[in-house]
Amino acid sequence: MLRPRKMADFGYHRQSVLMSNEMSNSSFPTVIELVTDIRQGATTASAVLESHLSRIDLRERDIHAFNVVTVEKARETAARIDSDIAAGINCGPLAGVPIALKDNMCTRGVPTTCSSKILEGWKPPYDATVVTRLQQAGAVIVGKTNLDEFAMGSSTENSAFGPTRNPFDTSRVPGGSSGGSAAAVAAGFAAASFGSDTGGSIRQPAALCGVVGVKPTYGLVSRYGLIAFASSLDQIGPFSHSVADAALLLEVIAGHDPLDSTSIPQSAPSLQSALSQGVKGMRIGRIVDLPEGSEPEVLARVDVAFEALKSAGATIVDVTLPSLSFGLTAYYLIAPAEASSNLARYDGVRYGLRVDAEDINAMYGATRGAGFGDEVKRRIMLGTYALSAGYYDAYYGKALKVRRVIADDFARAYSTCDVILSPTSPTVAFPFGSKTNDPLTMYLCDVFTIPSNLSGDAAMSVPFGTGAHGLPVGVQVLAPALGEQPMFRVAAELERAL
Amino acid sequence: MSNASSAPTHSTTLPNGWEMVIGLEVHVELDTKTKLFSASPNRFGDEPNTNIDPVTLGLPGALPVLNRHAVELAMRLGLALNCTVQPSTFHRKNYFYPDLSKAYQITQYDQPLNVDGYLMLPGDIRIGIERAHLEEDTGKSTHFGGSSGRIHGSDYSLVDFNRAGVPLVEIVSRPDIRTSDQARQYVSELRAILLAVGASDAKMEEGSMRVDVNVSVRQAGEPYGTRCEIKNVNSVRAVGKAIEYEARRQVDLVESGGVIRQETRHWDDAEGRTHTLRTKEDADDYRYFLEPDLVLLDPDQEWIDSVRESLPMLPAARRERLAQATGSDKESEAIYVVVERGQDDYVLSVALSGGDASRALVYVQQSFADAGPSPRVPAKDLAVLTVLERDAKVTSTQAKTILAEIVAKGGGDPVAIADAKGFHALDSSALSDLVDVVIADQGEAWAKYCGGEEKALGALVGAVMKTSKGKADGKAVTALLQDRRKSNIE
Amino acid sequence: MASERSIKITPEVVTKVARLARLNLTAEELARTTHQLADMLEHFRDIDKLDLADVVPMTQPHPLKNIFRQDVVVAGLSHQEVLDNAPATQDGRFRVPPTIGFDV
Repeated sequence: MLRPRKMADFGYHRQSVLMSNEMSNSSFPTVIELVTDIRQGATTASAVLESHLSRIDLRERDIHAFNVVTVEKARETAARIDSDIAAGINCGPLAGVPIALKDNMCTRGVPTTCSSKILEGWKPPYDATVVTRLQQAGAVIVGKTNLDEFAMGSSTENSAFGPTRNPFDTSRVPGGSSGGSAAAVAAGFAAASFGSDTGGSIRQPAALCGVVGVKPTYGLVSRYGLIAFASSLDQIGPFSHSVADAALLLEVIAGHDPLDSTSIPQSAPSLQSALSQGVKGMRIGRIVDLPEGSEPEVLARVDVAFEALKSAGATIVDVTLPSLSFGLTAYYLIAPAEASSNLARYDGVRYGLRVDAEDINAMYGATRGAGFGDEVKRRIMLGTYALSAGYYDAYYGKALKVRRVIADDFARAYSTCDVILSPTSPTVAFPFGSKTNDPLTMYLCDVFTIPSNLSGDAAMSVPFGTGAHGLPVGVQVLAPALGEQPMFRVAAELERAL
Repeated sequence: MSNASSAPTHSTTLPNGWEMVIGLEVHVELDTKTKLFSASPNRFGDEPNTNIDPVTLGLPGALPVLNRHAVELAMRLGLALNCTVQPSTFHRKNYFYPDLSKAYQITQYDQPLNVDGYLMLPGDIRIGIERAHLEEDTGKSTHFGGSSGRIHGSDYSLVDFNRAGVPLVEIVSRPDIRTSDQARQYVSELRAILLAVGASDAKMEEGSMRVDVNVSVRQAGEPYGTRCEIKNVNSVRAVGKAIEYEARRQVDLVESGGVIRQETRHWDDAEGRTHTLRTKEDADDYRYFLEPDLVLLDPDQEWIDSVRESLPMLPAARRERLAQATGSDKESEAIYVVVERGQDDYVLSVALSGGDASRALVYVQQSFADAGPSPRVPAKDLAVLTVLERDAKVTSTQAKTILAEIVAKGGGDPVAIADAKGFHALDSSALSDLVDVVIADQGEAWAKYCGGEEKALGALVGAVMKTSKGKADGKAVTALLQDRRKSNIE
Repeated sequence: MASERSIKITPEVVTKVARLARLNLTAEELARTTHQLADMLEHFRDIDKLDLADVVPMTQPHPLKNIFRQDVVVAGLSHQEVLDNAPATQDGRFRVPPTIGFDV
C-alpha cells in the first residue's frame, strides 16, 4: 500500500478528516474535503490558499512544478470567495479550491508559455474555456505548471525553463509532459491540477507521481484555449489525490462548448454518482498480448488490481489487441504531422519571440531555430517530412489507417468487456537523463497510453501501490468513448482496495 | 461592366491555326456579417487590425467554428451554377506568409461543397464549373520602401489582419473558354449571378471579386499546351487584355522555338503586359491534410432543397423572359442592361398595365439608368406613354419630351402633359396633305430623290418636319415619301 | 510503398524539410537530425507488415458533422490587445522584414 513520504505539516492540516477518510491515499486534503470545510466555515479559502502557498515556498525551489505562481491574483480570488461565502452566495462546486494549470492553457493576462522560449512572456488576451469554467466554479488558480515544451515529451526534461523533479525522489523525473501539474498535486502545492494528454501526458506523470490522472473521451472537454500540440489527440483532464476529486473536477470542465467544433454536443456526464456503485458483475478486460518491456513490479501491481476487482465481484475477461504496439508508430507520425502545422504560427510576426533578420524568410528561420528546443524541432521535422509531397501516402496516410485498425481492435475488445486494465507506464519514475539520448527509448514510455488517444477513448491512471525503489505505480483503466461512468466505477473500487 | 457581354468584340484571332484555352479561377468574398470561422466582423475599409478575434489573429489555442450563413451563401451560388452540393471537408494548406496568421489556410481540397456545374454564355456556349469551394481569405500585406516599389526589393511590410478569415468561395471553371470575349462574358455573367443570389457584392475594384486566369495555346484539336496562371487581373476589361497579351506571348514564344514554362505571371495593367511572378520549379509543397479542428460539412437534402427553392430567378432566365415579353433578341444590349439593373420586372409591369413592352424596354434602357430596380415612375404612366407613341398620338420626339418630364417629376399623366404642351401628332390625311405641299415646294430635291439619290430623302423629311412644327412623326413621313416615290416611278 | 519507404534520409532531404518548416538548423543539428530521422523512420517501418489495403483512414476520433455558429458578431479583441504582444508594429499594423525574393 502506497504511503507517500510524510510531507511536513504546513499550517493547514486537518488530521481528523485525513485519518478517517478512506478515499484519500495521500497526506494532503482532497478537493472534496476542502470544499466541504470551506462551505461549512471550518476554514476559509484564504487559509487554504496560504497553506498551499507555504508548501510552495518550502519545496518549489526543489521541485520546480511552476512556471509562474500567481500569488496576488490567487489571494484576491480567495478573498472574494470568502466574502461571497460570508454573504451567503453560492460560489460553485470548487469554491476556494487551489488549482494549478498546465502552462499550455490560455489565461487572460497571465503569461502562458508552453515552457518554450518562443512564447516566453506572452500574455493571452483571452481565457481557455476550461479556465473560464473553473473560475465560474469558484476555483482559485494558483499558477501555471511546467511541461515538456509544447507538451512534447514524457519527462518534463524538455522544458525550456528547466525540468520538474518528482516529489517522491527529486533525482527522478515526474513524467510528462504534464510533469509540473502532477508534481504540484503530489507535493501539495495545489489541491488539484489540470494537464493535457496527447499520448499519455496526464496519465503517465500521474502514475509516476502517485496521483490520479484522467484523459477524458476526445470531445468531452473543450480544447478552446488549449495550445494545440496534436489537435485530433489533445484532451484536457484533471490530476487529483482521489478518484472522487477527479470525478468532480471532470464534471466541472466537461460538456459541450460551442467554441470547439470537435466538442461532443451533449452535457457533462454524472460521474460522482458512479463512484459507490461497485464493480459487481462488471467485465474487466485483461490484454493477453500485452507488449513486452514492462518492469515486473509494475506488472505485479496490475495483477493485484485484477485480483482486487475479482474479489469485489467483477469478472476478468481475456482480450487481444494485436495492433496495440503499432500505436507508437501511428502516433509518432500523426502527432508530429499535426504539430508541424499547429506550431507554424510561431513565426515572430504577431506575438512571441522574434530574431530579426534581413528578410522575412531569414527572420522565420532564425526565430524558429532559436525559439524551439531540440524535441520540438525534431517533431516539426518529422511531421513536415511525413506530410510532404511524395511521402504522405507512405507515412501519414498509412498512419491514419493504422489508427483505424487500433480503434477497431479496441471496439472489438469492448464488445466483450466493460473496461480494460493495463499498466499506465511500463516503468516507475526514471532518473534524469536516462532516456534523453535516444528519442525512441523515451517514446516507449507511451506504449500503453497512446492507443486511447488514437481511438479517442477514455482512460485514467489510478495510483496503486509502489514498484521498484518504492516508487509509485499507476494502473490504467481504459474505457470506450464516453465510458467515463464504468471507468470511474472501477477506479473507485481500485482506490478502495488499497 | 454593363455592356461587357454585348460590347463590340475585342477578340483577335490567333495566327496560324492557334487556339486559346482558358480557365478561370474566381475568388469572391461572401456577403456575411462575420468571418468564416469566427465572430468578428466581415467589413471592408475599417481601421487596420480592428476586426480581430483570437481565431483571426491565429492566437495559440484558438479554434475555428464554421459560419452557417457562409455555407448557405456558398450553396446558393453553387446551386445557381447548376452544381451538385455534396458532403465536404476542410483541409489545411500550409505555407508561410506574414499575412497568413496561422501559417495555414483552411480551404476545401479534395471534397469541395459544390461540384460539376456550368454557366451558359451567349450563343448557348456552356462553360463547365469544376467546383465552387469555401475557404478563408488572408490578411493584407503592404510593402514599403525599396527602389522599385514592387514586392521585390521593399524595405519592410506592414500587415493588417482585418481581411483574414473573410469567407471566400473559389469558383473554378473547366478549361472550356476559347476567346477573351468569352472570358469577359463569363466574368460578367458570374457577377450577375452572384448579385442575383445575394452571395457577394462582387466588387472587383474593392477585391471582393478576384480573377485568376489560366491561359494556354494549342493547335486546334491538339492536346492542351502548358498553361500560365495570371494574377492581379482587377477588372473585366483587364481580363480581356491580359488574355490577349498572354496568348500572343505564348504563340510568339512557341513559334520562335521557345518553350512555355508553367508559371504564375503578374498582369501589369499600366504596362499592358504580364511578367513572371514565380515558376513552378520552386513549387510550394503545401502539405495538405484534413483540418482536425473542423468536422464534416454534410448539408442534408432538406437544407439543399430549401436553399434551391429560395433562389430568385437567375439572370439568364430573366433575360429570356424579358426578351419574350418584348419581342427582342435575348442577347441584345437592351435586354442585358435592363436585367442587370434589375429593371426587367418593371418593364413587365408596364406591359401588364397595358403598355407596349418593346417601347417600355427602350424607354427604361435609355432613361432609367439611375432609377434602380424599382423606378419612381408608376408603371401605369409609362404604359400610357408607350401607347400614345405606338398609336401615333404623339411623335417619338414628343414622347421623349414627355418621358423626360415624368422621369424628372417621378410620374405624371402623359395625356395631360401632351395636352398642356399642345402635343399631338398630325392625323394621316393632314400629314399626307403636308407631304404633297413639300413635294411641290422642293421640286429639285424631289427630283433627285426620285432619281435615286437617297440622300435627298433627309432634306425632304426635314422640310416636312419643319413645316409641321414638330407635330409630324418622322417615321410616318419617311414612309409616306417612300410611297409617293414608288407610285411616281410606276 | 516499400520503395518509397527505402528513400534514404540524406542531409539534403533534411535541409529541404528544414526550409519547408522555416527552421534554421546548425550543422550539428542537421547531422543529428538526419541520423535520428533515419532511425525513427526505420523503426516506423513496423507498420509495413500490416495489411492496410481496405482500411479507411481515421482522421478524427468521433465523426461529428455540421457543427456551425450563427452569423452574429461577437466582440473580439481591442486594437490594443491585438498589437500588445507584437514584436514590431507601425501605424496600427504588424511590421515585418522585407519579402525580398519571396512571392505571394
